[in-house]
Parts: sequence; C-alpha cells; structure tokens
Amino acid sequence: MDKNGRIVKVAGPLVIAENMLGAKMFDVVSVSEKKLMGEIIELNGDKAYIQVYEETEGIGVGEPVFPMGEPLSVDLGPGLIESIYDGTQRPLDKIYEMVGDFITRGIQVNSISKEKKWKFIPLVKKNDIVNEGDKLGYVQETTLIKHYIMVPPYKKGRVKEIKDGDFTIEETVAVLTNENKDEEIKMLQRWAVRKPRPYFEKLSPEMPLFTGQRVIDMFFPIAKGGTACVPGPFGSGKTVIQHQLAKWADAEVIVYIGCGERGNEMTDVLLEFPELVDPKSGEPLMKRTVLIANTSNMPVAAREASVYTGITIAEYFRDMGYSVALMADSTSRWAEAMREISGRLEEMPGEEGYPAYLGAKIASFYERAGRVKCLSTEDREGALSVIGAVSPPGGDLSDPVVQSTLRVVKVFWSLEAQLAYKRHFPAISWLNSYSLYNENIKDFIIKNVAEDYFDLQGSSMRLLEEESELDEIVRLVGVDALSGTDRLILLTARMIREDFLHQNAFHEIDTYSSVEKQYKMISVINYFYIKAKETLQKGVDIVAIEAMNVKDKIARMKYIPQEKIASIDEIKKEIDNELELLFKNI
Amino acid sequence: MIKEYKGLVNIVGPLILVENVKDVKYEELVEIELADKSRRSGKVLEVMYDKALVQVFEGTSGIDIDKTKTRFLGRGIQIPLSQDMLGKVYSGLGKPKTKNDEILPEEFLDINGSPINPFARDYPNEFIQTGISTIDGLNTLVRGQKLPLFSGSGLPHNRMAAQIARQATVLGKNEQFAVVFGAMGITFEEAQFFIDDFKKTGALTRSVLFLNLADDPAIERIATPRVALTTAEYLAFKKDMHVLVILTDLTNYCEALREVSAARKEIPGRRGYPGYLYTDLSMIYERAGRIKGKKGSITMIPILTMPEDDKTHPIPDLTGYITEGQIILSRSLHRKKISPPVDVLPSLSRLKDKGIGKGKTREDHADLFNQLYAAYARGKEAQELAVILGESALTDIDKLYFRFAEDFEREYVTQGEYENRTIEETLNLGWKLLSIFPREELKRVRDENIEKYYKKAD
Repeated sequence: MDKNGRIVKVAGPLVIAENMLGAKMFDVVSVSEKKLMGEIIELNGDKAYIQVYEETEGIGVGEPVFPMGEPLSVDLGPGLIESIYDGTQRPLDKIYEMVGDFITRGIQVNSISKEKKWKFIPLVKKNDIVNEGDKLGYVQETTLIKHYIMVPPYKKGRVKEIKDGDFTIEETVAVLTNENKDEEIKMLQRWAVRKPRPYFEKLSPEMPLFTGQRVIDMFFPIAKGGTACVPGPFGSGKTVIQHQLAKWADAEVIVYIGCGERGNEMTDVLLEFPELVDPKSGEPLMKRTVLIANTSNMPVAAREASVYTGITIAEYFRDMGYSVALMADSTSRWAEAMREISGRLEEMPGEEGYPAYLGAKIASFYERAGRVKCLSTEDREGALSVIGAVSPPGGDLSDPVVQSTLRVVKVFWSLEAQLAYKRHFPAISWLNSYSLYNENIKDFIIKNVAEDYFDLQGSSMRLLEEESELDEIVRLVGVDALSGTDRLILLTARMIREDFLHQNAFHEIDTYSSVEKQYKMISVINYFYIKAKETLQKGVDIVAIEAMNVKDKIARMKYIPQEKIASIDEIKKEIDNELELLFKNI
Repeated sequence: MIKEYKGLVNIVGPLILVENVKDVKYEELVEIELADKSRRSGKVLEVMYDKALVQVFEGTSGIDIDKTKTRFLGRGIQIPLSQDMLGKVYSGLGKPKTKNDEILPEEFLDINGSPINPFARDYPNEFIQTGISTIDGLNTLVRGQKLPLFSGSGLPHNRMAAQIARQATVLGKNEQFAVVFGAMGITFEEAQFFIDDFKKTGALTRSVLFLNLADDPAIERIATPRVALTTAEYLAFKKDMHVLVILTDLTNYCEALREVSAARKEIPGRRGYPGYLYTDLSMIYERAGRIKGKKGSITMIPILTMPEDDKTHPIPDLTGYITEGQIILSRSLHRKKISPPVDVLPSLSRLKDKGIGKGKTREDHADLFNQLYAAYARGKEAQELAVILGESALTDIDKLYFRFAEDFEREYVTQGEYENRTIEETLNLGWKLLSIFPREELKRVRDENIEKYYKKAD
C-alpha cells in the first residue's frame, strides 16, 4: 500500500492531501519532493489539512506528502544557549552558512550541533536510584549556564552506568535499569512543542523579577513566574521595553521570540547582546540568551509555531531550576497567523475574523508560565515569567487579542501614544497600568529592599492621580487659580514623571537602575514633597519653592552611576538647607 | 513543459477558473490568450484537484468562457534584469514602455524574492543626510531603513519625496544613489512630476521607473512593488549600488489586494481588507535592508495617503507596525503654510539612535532631539491652554514654551523646497531655538553638552 499522501489542494500556506489515513492530528509531514515541513491541523476522512512552514510556491496537485509520524518537536540539550532559531528551531546561522543571505526552502539542518563534544560531569554514582527530572550530571554550556542533564520525564531506574568525559549530545552518558530493562540516556531530548513539560506542582510567585526599569519595578512589578502584557500602538516603544527586559531582567535564562516583527530588530539584538554585559555577573548577555526569530516576511505558519518552540525551550531551562524569562514580540502577529490559517480552513470566524478558539490558545500559552516545583526527588524550584507584547490595530484596547490576553495576565503595562509623542519613555501609562503581584512580592521587598517601599509607591501614585485631576482644573482656570498645596502637588508629580518615571533606554547609565537606586530616588522626591509642604504651611510662597535650585539636582539623580548612589541621599540635606533659607527670607 | 488549455469554467472579477488542468503549481505564471489573439498574464492563486484559480493582472474585461486559451508556463513570475535598466521606464509588470526601454537581460529573477535571513542582515547605522531638518535632526534616516511618508490627499508628499531623492547623501562619501521608483495607481500628473524632477536634476539617468498609473489595470499593481524591489535587490546586492526605493501610493496597492480577496470570497478583516494584509505588506517592506559583506543597500520610502487622515486605518496602521518609523504630514500645518508640513510629534524614526552621535553626526544630537521634542510637546500643550484661557494666564515658563513652539515651527520645520541644510546647520538651529530657556529647563541634555553648546551656537 502506498503510505504517502497526495496533494489535492494548495492555497497559500494551507495544503490538503488525501490518502492520509493513519496520520495523527499535529503530526509533522514533509510536503512534496522539496521536503517542505508542515503540520497536520485538521483531519477529515482520509484528507489531512496541513499548514506548511515554508513558502508553497511551485507546489501542485498530485505531489506526495510523507508523514513523519511524530508531532512538531524541538531538540533540547547543550548548545541551545546563544543560538538563533527560526520558528521551527532551524538555526539561522547554520542556514546562512549553507545557503547564504536569503532563506530558501527545504533546508534540513540540525537544531543543535551533533558533532560538538561537551564535557559531561556526572552528579550521580552507579547504583543510585534516580527518578524523572533528577540531575544526572551537567555541562558547563557557557560561563553563565550550567546545563543540567536530567532524567527525561516518565523515565526512572537504577543507574547502571554513568560516564564522565567529552561526549556529543547523541552519545550515551548514562544507562538506567528499570524492571530489568536498560534505558540509555543521552544529553539530547526531544519534546513536542504543543505539550507543556511536566512539573511536580505549581506554586504562587513570591519573588519580584527586577528589571532595572523604574516604572516597572517601583509601580507595576512583575514576579518571577508571573505573566505580563505590553499592548500599545506602533511607535509607543513595545519593542524597546521588550529589549530592555531581555537585557536587564534578573532572570538566569532569557528566551526572546521575535514573532512576525522586523528583521532589523533581531539583527539589533544579535549585534548588541554579545556586547552588553550582565550587571550581576559581568558576562556578555548573549551567554544566557536563546533567540527565536521568525520575522514578518518569513512563512506565516512557522510564525504560529514560533511561540511554542520558544516556550518549550524556556520550560526546559525552568526544569533545571533556573529562573527563565520569555519575551514574545508580538503575540498579535502570532494571533494573526492563527487567523490566516483559520481563514484558509474556512472556519467560522469569531471577532474581527479571529478564530473562535483565540482566547483558549492565548490562555493556555500564558498558563505555561509559573513558579513550579520541578520534577525531581530533590527540592528544586524553577520559574518561567512570560512577557508578551500585543500590537492592537490603531492602539485600540478593545481588540480581541488584547482582551483575551488581559483576561489571563496579571500585569498590564499600557503604552500610550500621547506619552510617546512627548518622548516620555517608557510610555507606560501610570494611570491605566496595573500589577496584581504587589501582594505576592511584598514580604520579599520589605525584607530585602526597604520597609517603606510600598508606602512610597502608594504616596507617589496618589500624587500622580491627584495631578491628573488638577490638570483638568488647570485646563479650565489656569494654574494661578490653584492653592499653594495644589501647585506643590503638580510640581512633585512632574518630578515623579520627568525625573523618575522617564528613563532613557539609550543612555549608558540611565538604561538600568538598580532597585536600591530606584528606592533612593523615589524617597528623595517624597522627602521633598513632605518638607516643602511643611515649609509652605509656614508661609513660604509656592513660587519660591518652584524656583528652588535643588530641583536640578533631583532631575539629574538618574544619571548618577551605581557606585555613587549613596550621594543621592545627600540631596535630602540640600533640600533641608534650601527650604530653611527660603523660610528665613520671608 | 508548457501546458495549454482551452476554455474556462467561470470568470469572477479579476479571477478566472480553469478546469481539467494537470500538474499546475501554486503561484505559477499563466499566459492567457484571448479570442482576438491578444495576450494577458496571470498567476495561480489556488490549485484544487483538477482546477486552477488564476488572477489576471490586466483585468478580465473582454475574456470569454469558451475561446480563451490558458498556458501554464511552469515557473513563477520572473523579470529580466540588467544594469542598463537605469534611466528607463517600465510598466507595472516590468514590461518596457517603448522600444528604447528594452534591455539585454543579464539575469532573470523571481519577483517574490526570498526573505533575508535575519542573521545575514547588517544593522542600518549609516546616517543619510536629506537636508531636511525635521528628518535629519529629529527623525534621522539611515541606510537600509524603511521610512514611510504618511500623508493625505492634497498634501505635498510627492514634493517631499522628490526633495529627499534629490538631496540624500551619506556624509563624507561620494557614492551615488540609484533610485527605483514604483508607481501604483497614481495619476499621470503625479508620475510626470517625479519624471520631470528627476530629469531636471539629472537623477533620471540613475533611476528605474515602474509605472502603473491610475488608468492601468488595478490588479497589475499587486506585482508592481515586487517588480520594483526585485530590481532594487539586483542593483543593491549584485551590482553594489545604494538604492533608494520610492513606492507610491501603497493605499492603491492595498485596494487592489482587497479586490482580489473579495473576488475570492475570503473572510474579510478590518474594513474589508484581507486578514493577511500585514503579512503581505511585510513581504514588501522587509525587502529593505543591508546584508553583511555586501556593499549595496536598499532604503525604502513608501508613500501612502491615509483615508480621511486617519492613522488608525488598517493601511497606515499595519504599515507603522512593520516599517521603522513614519514621517507624518499634517493638514493643519499645511494650512498654516508651514512646509514641509511634518507633524513632528507623532513622527518617528526607530533607527535614529544607531545612526547619530559622535562620529556619525555630532555627540550632542541625541540629547538635543530629546530636548527639542520635549520642549515642542510642552509648547504645544501651552498653546492649547492659551486657546482656552488666553495667553496671559500662562505661567512665565509656559509662556517661554509657547513662544518656542511658534519659533520652532517657523524656523526649524519650515524650509524651502530647494533648501539643503547640512546636519551642522540643523543642529545649531536647534540650539539657537533652545537658547530662550534657562539652563535648568534642559533636563534631557547631559552637562557636558550644555557646557559645550548651550547659548554658544550662532
């Protein structure tokens, strides 16, 4: 019997083949003699509907389809870090070496090098009993990452043999015996991307993921294992925020997915990350980063797969006990890829032409984030934080992708075009954004940063809120009509906005603020407010306070380098002195 | 092997359906012979069992069901290419307009191209001086960038594009730009304006023009940008030239796409445009760029007219998500006779940060544009406030901002069509305008730059 299918229809990225009985949903197939990779997304009788991950130009009716008999999977093992992959985990650097500047079709290439030898250092001894997820040994993959080789899920047994030395990922490093059956363990594992990797149990997040971005850490923090979304119109700085987080977030592994976005942005990451240095370790940031680049002009079905490829790799590092952060830029393009495929399948559309299952897909993607107790006999915790950018048409937040995302994520950083026009970056609106992790991380912050952290956060937010109300009045009657205390609120709120929230991603010092520095800065501004208010009540004119010299010092706090942040506290003294002088002069 | 079939099943809008075909491939080029022996071209949009759906570029008027012959050519749409194309004029499908425009092809290339491997890209960071302050100073264009002009009907976007094409240079280098001009559905007059301008400045000899005018078949427009970009890729990456691609007007292109989508009875996305509009546009825009180890580059300036000046319309919206910034022209500035009427606040060049600074423009450039932006934004706010309350109700400092916004529009934004400002002039002009502020208002500027430039320009 002919086991291959036969194409009966080609319409863009969708190919329909008959004689496909026996193939399973989401199995990978190879389309035509050109060997284009595809995935079965619908079965109807003996017909299989296949989304093809490469251009289908030149494919016709009658050409063969070869079932591969396994779902779309990724290779997991040493060699992942510092790679740049397309949406189906083909390494773009290897493709470049093979075919040059432009991506052609039907390229077969290993995701991870199968020739390279890694030094495997065992962590177990012969006759140890190991369970799924237990560490057998490790490979020092980069200076930052110890790549643990774990017993793959669903496997266990007694260690019959454990090796020590240099091996490729396909060579056996351990043999386990379970019920008299031997199982060879290699460093390479495969995992189906649409299936979440198992863990022992999920825990609530309780550690903050510091990002070095003041508006995020101080006002709308995200927790390790948390989820956040960044919706905004074009030009509001979504990608810059994603890049900033990939650079400065204090996660141990970063997975960055460029999903249907610009090619030059990925080039930017590729050129910049090896140069930038992790503030904690002093090592290049690339040594903890995996990149997935499926730019907008690359095949649309592979874009759909790219987020799954990325999150599976992220889960794999989480299982080693790392704190992993995943950035997906942009999930709207992923949703659009789903919409396009759905349209070709002639499915009944939901809102805006998106498929009815959009919400479910988005929810199950974000649900793969979390702080977990990893599968293992030892007590090991890993965390996977997911930050997705959303690009709603016209910046309209009623877009179905935004709404479906907001239903599942806990942090909402709302980007506003108005702020971007004023070049207030990051253009995160302080009035519309929220974070539901404040409670989770409270204990940690109070213990490790400062006791009055959340008091300062609250009082600063109150000032910003009051400013927005006062602004309405000013617009009607002018600022002169306001009382001194109200004008002081405006003055302080402006300080918070311009001198604290505004942060220049391209300034060598301002691009990253440690949480200590952030705390010192916000406490100076609050100190100014309290002291100025007292002086005001003693009868000093607001105009004199508005003209104080120390304002300039406050404005330049952000440019004080990390090693000199103690000098920020001294500004408080200067505030006292100047206010005292003003009081004496009346 | 060329397969020929006689007769069609049906004709719907720009599409024809052919039956009993064999071995037809998706996206294959089709030659259609009408009853009167005239020929048209098309491409396969869908194959299903023994049927092929073909989109006819020249439109279906005059095509009949039983006498029409279709020939499937077994390859995609390719165009002949040679360096001799410079100075010549072609149709929207790349066919020579006159005998004079024919060439001896060196190579044939598929117009769809292939995506550039992100790993092979080189980051655009070479500053292009356009001589226009609002671009050079605030929305810097770099080589390999795609920076669209968002305009509206009646605004002088063509003049501005022509000015850029005329004045663009890379500082310190004496390389020449080749210009590839793709016109989609614009009027004869608009096209003639560009041709005349290119002629006058001698640019025509290093330009290739692809013209699909308003009275040319609408479906042909779908091929025009691809044909133009294939030519650009050839000139840039095979002939080491720096190519500036001007595409106008993308709105007409998208409408042609919508027409095909409607004829196929596809589920429409927003405003009737197909759901894959983003992907389709990105296939065009993403062909701009630089490639590692190649001398040439493609810089793209697509022009689109926003229907009703609405930036959230799907065409400008999706474009903005793909391109690296946008220059927005404003009707209200145009009415105030400020020319070019660049609306500075919503305009943006995403790649400017890599193209400016020491060694490229000047070390104070980044601080300066941040400060100019912030000051202009606050000045605009002050202006709005003054409309309600009267100017006297402003605080002293807001009055300064108010004045600044006016000066800024009058001196910085406004410039003559033939006024070519150097980057030094543009930067110094910025400092001159900022000099009305006291020093502590310049929060976005580093101390060392204040020391060096504040109140020292002139």
